[in-house]
Amino acid sequence: MSKAMEPDLQSPFSGSSGDTVGKEWRHPSDHWLRGFVIDNRASLGTLAVFIVMMAVFMIANPTVFTTWYLYSSVLTTLPVALFVVVPLVFVVTCGEIDLSFPATMGFASWVFALVVQAGYDPFLGIAAALVTGVLLGFLVGSLVVYGGLSSLIATLGMNFLLRGLIQIINEGRSMALTGLADSSAYKIFSSQVYGIPVQIFWAIAFVVLSAMLYNRHRFGAQVKVVGDNPDSAKQMGIDVKWVRVKVFVFVGIGAAIAGTFSVMINFTWWPTAGDGYLLPVLASVFVGGTPTWGGIGTVAGGAIGAVTVSFIQTGVVAAGLSGFYVQFFNGLIIILSLLGHKWNQARYR
Amino acid sequence: MAERIIELRDIKKSYGQVYALGGVDLSVDRGEVVGLIGDNGAGKSTLIKILSGVVRPTSGDILVRGQPVTGWSAARSRDAGIETVFQDRALAVQQTIVRNIFMGRELTGFMGFLKVNKEIEEARRLMREIGFTSKVFTPHSIVGQLSGGERQGVAIARAIYKQAELIILDEPTTALSLTETAKVFHFVRQVRASGRSILFIGHNIHHVFDIADRFVVLDRGKVALTTDRSEVKSAEELINFMEDVAHPGGLPGLHDGGETEQRAR
Repeated sequence: MSKAMEPDLQSPFSGSSGDTVGKEWRHPSDHWLRGFVIDNRASLGTLAVFIVMMAVFMIANPTVFTTWYLYSSVLTTLPVALFVVVPLVFVVTCGEIDLSFPATMGFASWVFALVVQAGYDPFLGIAAALVTGVLLGFLVGSLVVYGGLSSLIATLGMNFLLRGLIQIINEGRSMALTGLADSSAYKIFSSQVYGIPVQIFWAIAFVVLSAMLYNRHRFGAQVKVVGDNPDSAKQMGIDVKWVRVKVFVFVGIGAAIAGTFSVMINFTWWPTAGDGYLLPVLASVFVGGTPTWGGIGTVAGGAIGAVTVSFIQTGVVAAGLSGFYVQFFNGLIIILSLLGHKWNQARYR
Repeated sequence: MAERIIELRDIKKSYGQVYALGGVDLSVDRGEVVGLIGDNGAGKSTLIKILSGVVRPTSGDILVRGQPVTGWSAARSRDAGIETVFQDRALAVQQTIVRNIFMGRELTGFMGFLKVNKEIEEARRLMREIGFTSKVFTPHSIVGQLSGGERQGVAIARAIYKQAELIILDEPTTALSLTETAKVFHFVRQVRASGRSILFIGHNIHHVFDIADRFVVLDRGKVALTTDRSEVKSAEELINFMEDVAHPGGLPGLHDGGETEQRAR
């Protein structure tokens, strides 16, 4: 029987063309540039939004937007956001959300400040902050994953709980770290090279490493599969729960770095450290082109989204508009980006 | 005697008070095609999930190549050389073909980074092996863009990657066109010829009858019949047996209804 059926069996999966067996597997219009644009359309769209926005700002106020000071100030604060935006792309891709990172930033930087204030080397403080970040990320992740809780609500609760703990213990007092400016850790992580804030180089390194983790590493591959179809991932032997916990730990690490950097910029730790980052960071992830439903996302897009969001505030004020316009433009950019991405990406089921 | 790939002994599975499986014995030897048939709710899906490690049995023993196993899980099942093509195909539709083939089994090198080129090369080889090539898609194509048959091809390619010793095909011909069904049959024969085993689950008893060496009929969580192909004359005999098991004493008009339908044609 198989002999008789052989002709039909040559290419039943290949649709109309019957002569494809053994031939190279290539799209007819498989040009590298076309492939690049298709693969990166979300982040390229975000880049387009950013370029248009900057063009508008420059036309509105050419003198301010050609001065270096403006960019220098953005480049000092932007890295802090980048360290949490990127891990959040992983969390959202995994089908979860983490709203507890501001408190983790505050908590980890508090540990950093305590170690430095006690007279230890800031490098030790950074290590302690990282350990704190890992532990808090593990705590939050375990609560969500093994407790079977909604990550939206549970992480919001953890944010309040941890922040409350900081406030109770410190009773609102801040910590000034005057000795920090002379330390070698400060020179490495927070000084300036030829007028460029050195933080941005660390942030870029972090983004590049994370993008490789996302696109070229088993961790990123499993995060995407778990966010896409957790049942399949489980059937294929992936430890779905552990993958989910790991993305929360990654946010904890990012938040610890971000918190430490923010303290090193100001030489002061406030009990509210990190609080102001909640909404801009979340907006950056989605402006960057990572959809809300999980399974796909873009680290590069998230980074460009963070740049866009941090330029809005500076840009609106520098363009000569009053601070009252900042919120309006924040919202405008978010909505326009979402509309653009919706048109840009298809959701497969 | 052929080596016994896997053996289930007195497997029970209950969900609360409800028994899905009430003591099932099942074994698959090397190089045989076992057809598992049974009505809806007979426990086929539960049995497959237990074999593939997704669900743990309430009680009973699992033996791989004669050795009892503990801590049975999806990963352990795959390590033991058991691959499952699930009825829903278990694909992540927003990911590429490559990512689906290597799901849970990524080819990694230095510090867990993916060997991207090796994966693409292997994916190409696999797809060619089962005749699943096209001008329309590449290993980088998103699975969500493929047709049902093409998605089945991805699921099968994933199952044959590691030279699995036992491949479980859960309703592999459901919702497939005739040529695609023929392709699946051809694949089953290829696997058997290479000395590996298949557990074939199907609603369509004619399909199962055409392909299996041995039949296991499941009914309400128990094995109602295990028989070699040589002992059964026709698919109708199997169908009649299943009807008798399902409705002991006969259901008026049931056999009759089938005949009327045939006559009408």
